Amino acid sequence: MNYARTVWAHLQKDLRLEWRSKDALNGMLFFSLLVVVLFSFAFDPTMAVSRQIAGGILWVALLFASVTALNQTWTRELRNRVLDAQRMAPSPASALFLSKVLANFLFVTMIQVVLAPLFIIFYNLRAIGQGWLMLLVLPLGTLALVVNGTFFAALSLRTRNREMLLPLILFPVSVPALLAMVQSTTAILTGESDPGLWIRMLSGYDIIFVTLCLLLFETVLDAE
Amino acid sequence: MKRTLQVGLPIALAILAVGFYQAIFVAPTEATMGEVQRIFYYHVPSAIMALLFPYVNFAASAAYLLIRRSNPLRAQAADALALAAAEVTLVFASIGLATGMLWGRAAWGIWWTWDARLTSFLMLWLLYVSYLLLRRFTAGGQTQTLAAVLSVFAAIDVPIVYMSIRWWRTQHPSPVFFGGPDTGIDPHMVPAFVLNVAGWFAWGVLLVTLRYQLQRKRQRADQDATLRALESTLQSVR
Repeated sequence: MNYARTVWAHLQKDLRLEWRSKDALNGMLFFSLLVVVLFSFAFDPTMAVSRQIAGGILWVALLFASVTALNQTWTRELRNRVLDAQRMAPSPASALFLSKVLANFLFVTMIQVVLAPLFIIFYNLRAIGQGWLMLLVLPLGTLALVVNGTFFAALSLRTRNREMLLPLILFPVSVPALLAMVQSTTAILTGESDPGLWIRMLSGYDIIFVTLCLLLFETVLDAE
Repeated sequence: MKRTLQVGLPIALAILAVGFYQAIFVAPTEATMGEVQRIFYYHVPSAIMALLFPYVNFAASAAYLLIRRSNPLRAQAADALALAAAEVTLVFASIGLATGMLWGRAAWGIWWTWDARLTSFLMLWLLYVSYLLLRRFTAGGQTQTLAAVLSVFAAIDVPIVYMSIRWWRTQHPSPVFFGGPDTGIDPHMVPAFVLNVAGWFAWGVLLVTLRYQLQRKRQRADQDATLRALESTLQSVR
């Protein structure tokens, strides 16, 4: 079986599992919705202010929500010792990782598709800058969140209170990515500055960390 | 460990004592900031050490990842060094942050500002807290591998953090920050400064060495305990 087919097989399995249970999607969707509503209560923003802070709220909500899903992504494999079987399988470990990243990427993207209209309604948003650039920022930002998140979820899988540990190691490493997502989104919404630098930085971050995670995943999977 | 203490402690303390004398009594009082500036003789060496020991941590972690299969015993030593360097980094970074805040309150009138250098230093501190938390939360043989992997991540992240925060802050320049005290320093201040850097460097090396030796002792005790447990099961079989 070649690499692409291994990835596709893993991805199919993850998507089917999620389609039948819908655990991650429901959890993430309601959680991010709650964060959006709560921030709205906490700040009670006017239209001008909401344009300034919406980027930050959107990404922080997505970050928190994706952590709830990322925690489940590997524990699913622990049942019936599936993960041990994966480790013994001859297929490359990075294929397993890549398929998990793709699955999580799809889940978070689905959340964004539902969340974006609600966001525009609740915060009365209208982009002053080039709105279509959001179609670039959203996938790049999601990939940055999901690639490190999936990696650190695997890393904290066999630790004590892993649900606690994942955000503790994910957030500090994600700071530059979060900064780039928030700055580019704010730049697009307010139209005051050019988001180009931040989009380029986000792409660079994605390339660096996807490579690093693919290289080091086998070490983490076999750590014992 | 005893030898390290007998040799290292007098040396480090002697340099620090002379450095203290120079910094508090000999070095001239700074013209605009006054006596407050003297914290600079402690703040800057701590910050330098907090930027130096992460390299040791990263080098030891990378070495651990490279040789953990081919030479497990040597890899244990590399891991002990990584842990020692990480803990000492965190101590120096905390001192650097605390003294910086004290100075900032006196000189700028504020405890903290989200300026590029302060923010990236805080990020370094956060990364090392998460590194030590990971070590605490994991158990058994996987701790070392996982921690080494995180250390590689942190090492690659730090330059990105630094660049991103610089871009962030150059877009919104903060008015409080000026060039820093090291742009042109009175020659009479040099001995105090150099002595304190040397003293805190010696102190840091001493701490890392002691912590390294302690960790090696613990590793050996663990190995002995495992060996004894194995032997006792063998005897009961017989």
